[in-house]
Amino acid sequence: MKLKYFAWVRQRAGTGSEVVDVPSEVTTVAELVEWLRTRGPGLAEAFQDTKAIRCAVNQTYVEWDHPVGPNDEIAFFPPVTGG
Amino acid sequence: MSVRVQEATFDVAVEMAETTGGDTSIGGVAMFVGLVRDLDPHADAKKVSALTLEHYPGMTERQLEGIEAEALARWPLAATRIVHRHGRMEPGEPIVLVICCSAHREAAFDACAFLMDWLKTKAPFWKVEDTDDGPRWVEARASDDAAADRWTKPEC
Repeated sequence: MKLKYFAWVRQRAGTGSEVVDVPSEVTTVAELVEWLRTRGPGLAEAFQDTKAIRCAVNQTYVEWDHPVGPNDEIAFFPPVTGG
Repeated sequence: MSVRVQEATFDVAVEMAETTGGDTSIGGVAMFVGLVRDLDPHADAKKVSALTLEHYPGMTERQLEGIEAEALARWPLAATRIVHRHGRMEPGEPIVLVICCSAHREAAFDACAFLMDWLKTKAPFWKVEDTDDGPRWVEARASDDAAADRWTKPEC
């Protein structure tokens, strides 16, 4: 599974992207976030307030109950501020 | 019908000429140009010396193309163009350009406002400002969500 982080989520995570093998019980975005939180203090801090974070799976916005699989590209970022 | 995400600045006159392309059925062109502002009017109003825009390559283009397709489905538009910059820029520099061309002004005005409102809430860009107190991520604003929401009402 390919993960991408942007803006302050990237800064707190300490990386912009990583490839991970997740445990088989991780099947949704919410479960992925719970698992990521256990992977180190940076990720724990990044995902402290999930209300402030948006998620995209394969470059499409999704909700937290959306399924995730090993071939997906999953991105986490704050609400967008372009324009 | 075009979407571009680029680091370089743009020339509004050139972009408009390319977008209309000599199509004489076009009776009106509405444009919006967003500029880097040097003072954040909310929060603690620190002076901004520069702005850096980060984006999600790939998803950005997909989102902008989706938004553009939505505008083309809703209004009778002869041509549209969205140009959005990323990277570092200074106050006064242009960040974003939206051009909408139509036979009549109403569709051009409405589609241009729609594109900007939706772009601000859907396109994956993030601004970080350099201020006197150091870099600061710009926070999303509820007023931008409200502006985007008005286009989802059935009467629109």
